[in-house]
Amino acid sequence: MKDSPSTITDVPNAIRLINLVKNFGVVQAVAGVNLDIVNGEFFAMLGPSGSGKTTVLRLIAGFETQDSGAVEIDGINVSNVPPFKRDVNTVFQNYALFPHMNIIENVEYGLKVKGINKNERRERAVAALERVQLRGYEKRTPSQLSGGQQQRVALARALVNEPKVLLLDEPLGALDLKLRREMQVELKELQQQIGITFVFVTHDQEEALTMANRIAVFNHGKIEQVGTPQEVYEKPSSDFVAGFVGISNLLHEKASEQILGKKGIFSIRPEKIRFGHGGDRKTSGLVKEIAFLGSFTRFSVELAHGDRLVLLKENDGSSEIDSTVGALVQISWNSKYEFQVE
Amino acid sequence: MKTFSVWLYQHRRGRLALLLTAPMLWLVVAYLGSLATMLVSAFWSVDTFTGKLVKQLTFNNFSLLFTNHVYRDIALRSIVVALLVTVIDVLLALPIALFLAKVLPIRFRNFAVVLIVLPLWSSYLVKTYAWRTMFSNSGVLAWALKPLGITPPSYGLLATTLTLAYLWLPYMILPIYAGLERIPDSLLEASGDLGASAGKTYRNIVMPILYPAVIAGSIFTFSLSLGDYIVVKIVGGKTQLFANVIYDNIGTAGNLPFAAAAAIFPIVTVLGYLFFVRRSGALENF
Repeated sequence: MKDSPSTITDVPNAIRLINLVKNFGVVQAVAGVNLDIVNGEFFAMLGPSGSGKTTVLRLIAGFETQDSGAVEIDGINVSNVPPFKRDVNTVFQNYALFPHMNIIENVEYGLKVKGINKNERRERAVAALERVQLRGYEKRTPSQLSGGQQQRVALARALVNEPKVLLLDEPLGALDLKLRREMQVELKELQQQIGITFVFVTHDQEEALTMANRIAVFNHGKIEQVGTPQEVYEKPSSDFVAGFVGISNLLHEKASEQILGKKGIFSIRPEKIRFGHGGDRKTSGLVKEIAFLGSFTRFSVELAHGDRLVLLKENDGSSEIDSTVGALVQISWNSKYEFQVE
Repeated sequence: MKTFSVWLYQHRRGRLALLLTAPMLWLVVAYLGSLATMLVSAFWSVDTFTGKLVKQLTFNNFSLLFTNHVYRDIALRSIVVALLVTVIDVLLALPIALFLAKVLPIRFRNFAVVLIVLPLWSSYLVKTYAWRTMFSNSGVLAWALKPLGITPPSYGLLATTLTLAYLWLPYMILPIYAGLERIPDSLLEASGDLGASAGKTYRNIVMPILYPAVIAGSIFTFSLSLGDYIVVKIVGGKTQLFANVIYDNIGTAGNLPFAAAAAIFPIVTVLGYLFFVRRSGALENF
């Protein structure tokens, strides 16, 4: 056993946050965050703007200093270590490329300031550009590239340093929808290839669900829930999570008591509700709104107690629901898909 | 009124004429015109006996300027003073501007900029005489430095340089401050994130981006220093700078052609400086 270090089981976490607190004046941006991010994870920090997710990322990078608590990177407490000595690299929201350097100089920068010789850093920078499919752009300046290309340069500039953890601050936020989808796939593939831990800040729940292994949902400076995309989506721990991740239908006290026979507030995802009598929970309501969304049609049905449920019906031609606004419809769902949020 | 607007909309040249007639008249006739007159008169001379202008081509003014070592010394001295003033102002302005743009909370920033500009609102003469008092043997500088065993410079070249550096400092701070404001914080963070210490970030990111702003400020401090003849009269003791040569030849000596020839020196120097800056390639990426 003595010469097989690979059997050591307690590999330190890539990131560990302990009771992290950060105030800006009277505003508590981060209000006691505890979090473990495992090595090799693609981790998403999801939340509305002002929820503290970006501040947590900046605390990990070292751009902000915590008021209390600690940040550990790879098992080492870095709470008082300046950014340039932390083994993480950041892809900034606006890319933050250096305007007075060309692309290859931008990518080489991290290696240059660490004193790596010219030949090696040129070689590694070219390889990094290759990885993000930007060979041949070495001599251009950042202003000559499109947003998507600048994004790739920012990625190459960070990855060339082979950090323990790559931090990404809403990196796809400035791209158009189509490009964003492509980059989501690419980022995911890239992360799987190189195996570096990615910590990704986003306010886009779809992006978080698509890309991440695990998601932390932030609200008011705290983490509401940490879990896999399935867990966060199917079993949200609060009505905030239920509302923020995906569309959620809430049944308030009266409706819950009458339809479910339970006390409390319950939630059901739109795609789990059907027209007709298929499930073991049955009720009826008035169609208030119909919206055609291309592959889906969205119905909004108002129950007797005033709660509105949203249903999604796939436009697959199987059964035409020819309900009109104002029609009385029967709806049902399976009780295993309802979950209590309060 | 409406028909005039319509006419303007339809006539591009009319719009341009309206926009540019007054400034062009000012620039071409008043400004370039007087420069041209000066250039021409530099090749004239003054009849020493009658004191009248002789409008005949002569290179005497220039040959006197180039051959007489007094003028050469004064010219060199003026350039050294202007360069020193520029260097002092750069060294003072960089930390001040850095503090204003990146350290001071935003709500104090405009107020602080007003404080920087405020000295420009008071009279140049008042400020220079204030420095004269401070540099005097019983002045505040002598008093303050006495316990340290240091004697402040008396009236002379050093006092002139310091006073000029004081006078033109806002012209250096403002462009550097504006340049720093245009550097987003994320660039500095990115540099630190990639492993650069504050010093390396300053050298690799801040200074190259700031270079055009420093050049802009230095053009102010350099050419203003080169053209000044009052400060040196007030705090310079017996020292002469090149602008005094020009001034004295206009006033006491009444030799306008020689003054005109001498005035070409600062123009050529500043043009040379601009050419040097351009050749250095520092402004290419902007």
